[in-house]
Amino acid sequence: MTVALFVPCYIDQFFPQVAVATLELLESLGLDVVFPDGQTCCGQPMANTGCNSDTAPVAQRFVDLFAGYDAVICPSGSCTAMVRHHYAEYFADDDPAFTSVRDRTFELCEYIHDMHGGRIPDVCFPHRVSVHQSCHGLRELGLGSQSERMTQRPDKVAAVLKQVQGIELMPLTRVDECCGFGGTFAVNEADVSAAMGRDRIADHSGSGSEVIVSADMSCLMHLQGILRRQQNRLQVMHVSEVLVGRELETTPLAAAQRS
Amino acid sequence: MKLPIVDHPTAAKPFVTNEDRSHWHDDALWFVRVKRDRQASSVPEWEYLRERASAIKTHTIANLGDYLEQFERNATARGATVHWAADAEEHNAIVLKILRQHGTERIVKSKSMLTEECGLNPYLEDNGIEVVDTDLGERIVQLREETPSHIVLPAIHIKKEEVGQTFHTHLGTDAGASDPQYLTEAARNHLRNKFLSGEVGITGVNFGIAETGGFVVCTNEGNADLGVSLPKVHIACMGIEKMIPSLADLSVFTRLLARSATGQPVTTYTSHFHGPKDDNSELHIVLVDNGRTRLRGNDTFRPAMHCIRCGACMNTCPVYRRSGGHSYRATVPGPIGSVLSPSRDAKSYKSLPYACSLCGSCSDVCPVKIPLHHQLLAWRGELVGNGLLPLSKRVAMKTASFLFQRPGLYRTAGSMGRTALRVLPHFVTHNRFNTWTKARELPKPPRESFRQWYIANRGNPQRRDSANGNATAHANTRSNGDAS
Repeated sequence: MTVALFVPCYIDQFFPQVAVATLELLESLGLDVVFPDGQTCCGQPMANTGCNSDTAPVAQRFVDLFAGYDAVICPSGSCTAMVRHHYAEYFADDDPAFTSVRDRTFELCEYIHDMHGGRIPDVCFPHRVSVHQSCHGLRELGLGSQSERMTQRPDKVAAVLKQVQGIELMPLTRVDECCGFGGTFAVNEADVSAAMGRDRIADHSGSGSEVIVSADMSCLMHLQGILRRQQNRLQVMHVSEVLVGRELETTPLAAAQRS
Repeated sequence: MKLPIVDHPTAAKPFVTNEDRSHWHDDALWFVRVKRDRQASSVPEWEYLRERASAIKTHTIANLGDYLEQFERNATARGATVHWAADAEEHNAIVLKILRQHGTERIVKSKSMLTEECGLNPYLEDNGIEVVDTDLGERIVQLREETPSHIVLPAIHIKKEEVGQTFHTHLGTDAGASDPQYLTEAARNHLRNKFLSGEVGITGVNFGIAETGGFVVCTNEGNADLGVSLPKVHIACMGIEKMIPSLADLSVFTRLLARSATGQPVTTYTSHFHGPKDDNSELHIVLVDNGRTRLRGNDTFRPAMHCIRCGACMNTCPVYRRSGGHSYRATVPGPIGSVLSPSRDAKSYKSLPYACSLCGSCSDVCPVKIPLHHQLLAWRGELVGNGLLPLSKRVAMKTASFLFQRPGLYRTAGSMGRTALRVLPHFVTHNRFNTWTKARELPKPPRESFRQWYIANRGNPQRRDSANGNATAHANTRSNGDAS
């Protein structure tokens, strides 16, 4: 089973440790993981701005690069949703490279849950954790149940996290409220975006959590930026980091360096 | 009238940066959202009802001309007079003409977002007619000379202390009074007198029923019934998208409407009107297009005509909850408003489709399954296509696209950017020109990207020969496929 690792642009540049953890996790599951060279971005920033003609060549490049693998795995629900649900605009319905990439691109937890029996290596993370469900992971990929919909779905992120020894998942008041990142929204609507982020953090803080864990580093980048501005000790970690047994930094100095 | 161009971030700023008010507003609407969730979860077939409602609307909109004609025939047969208005001006002129025919000087009007959309109140007032809004929330905003900030909860942005002040000024209530019971009593007495002196009653319409020629108005205060019971003339103003085929269809919508709107199992009053109430009375129904036919002709945005104006998308919208309804500068605010407003005037409302984090909550809360956040995304594409995206953003996206097509350049730019962020003093990277850093720190840039780590720890990444689509081993020395 050869799977391709897609590392979104902002993770490649700003959060390489998340990609390293994802790679190690997939390798520990016994997968043959390759990291295709020349990958950059799924095109979401341009697509979400409405710049479709600027998105098309980036999407085309992505499909050229990733067609032919058994699976493409991405540590981001948002980028996965872009490929699965928004690429259709740029390809013919029956383009085999496109349909192959569309149908075989998975978010990390989704892949483990749906395609790999849901099992993870033995790891321990003896901490109180609150899970931030990203909107795109939740509502576009269906990684969990949405509070708006009256149908139940398995919570794939929580399902894999619950296998971690010692972990304690803390309940939130608003389980799936948007954090306010929203790509360029965070810059276009900076005041509203930051207000949303502060409220999100207050909910996580109020739960007694030590660390916000999410399958989307983009949400966490925004929340981390606010936490650091607030000099708030609450930390953020990508789900892959927890699943490979990275430790939560517990000394204030180390915490400051991490966050 | 030339509308000013709305810039949502600017319009939202005073509201959202007033943290107390923004939180209070957010909490009030979230309370309604939670009530809605409770009610929706009490209906086991909720998702089926949504599907059914959406299908009924799709069918009705597809055959709208036929249903409107059927409605007109049946309504006329019941003694109503049906008028057709192509736009707001025509709607207002028709209403004024009816009022003039009866020598009317004052009217009572129950809540109608259509008359708001058409600007009926100022039009009638300019023509010497006193208009009294009889919905409590609408009366409050009317006394304050404001517009509704929400289509179901028009005064949701006003605190009870402020209502007390308004009533003290206009109704003579005690200064400083803020007890809701006391204020409601005062409003009730005030409105009771207005009801008695109203010469014509105007209502909106929630559902027009083609099969019967009747229509339904839903209120919680009974003010529509009161407003049209005493006067001998009732004018009902109805957008043409309010049509449904039959009474059987109505039951689907009444189960969804109040639960979605306010979290009630049903509105307190669901009033049916079938023709004038007696031989001495008149019922006028004004069917208004005002841009709806144009929306109907658009494949992408047609489902927006499904809207039953429940306001659930506003209650759930994290942007609306924090920025307040007036920040949209539109009759209908929130997600559905941000779809509808640019369809009237793309240039004036071009910032609204971007006043959205694309969280998608609106689409899933919508009882008639309008794919709201996909429509907002589609609007962005339309705006860019029409050259309405600001040049700075256009250039930024062009540049990003250029870089993302050239991995070598992308890596160089990334490396330079990270180095700059690492070596430059904090005040250079965190200042008022960097919108990100107004309320957030930038990520701490690592020395190496993941790709650099990968090369150091795993060897060269795998290259692909995109010409034949085959994966190739990484240990070769060809150009690495960069387009740069």
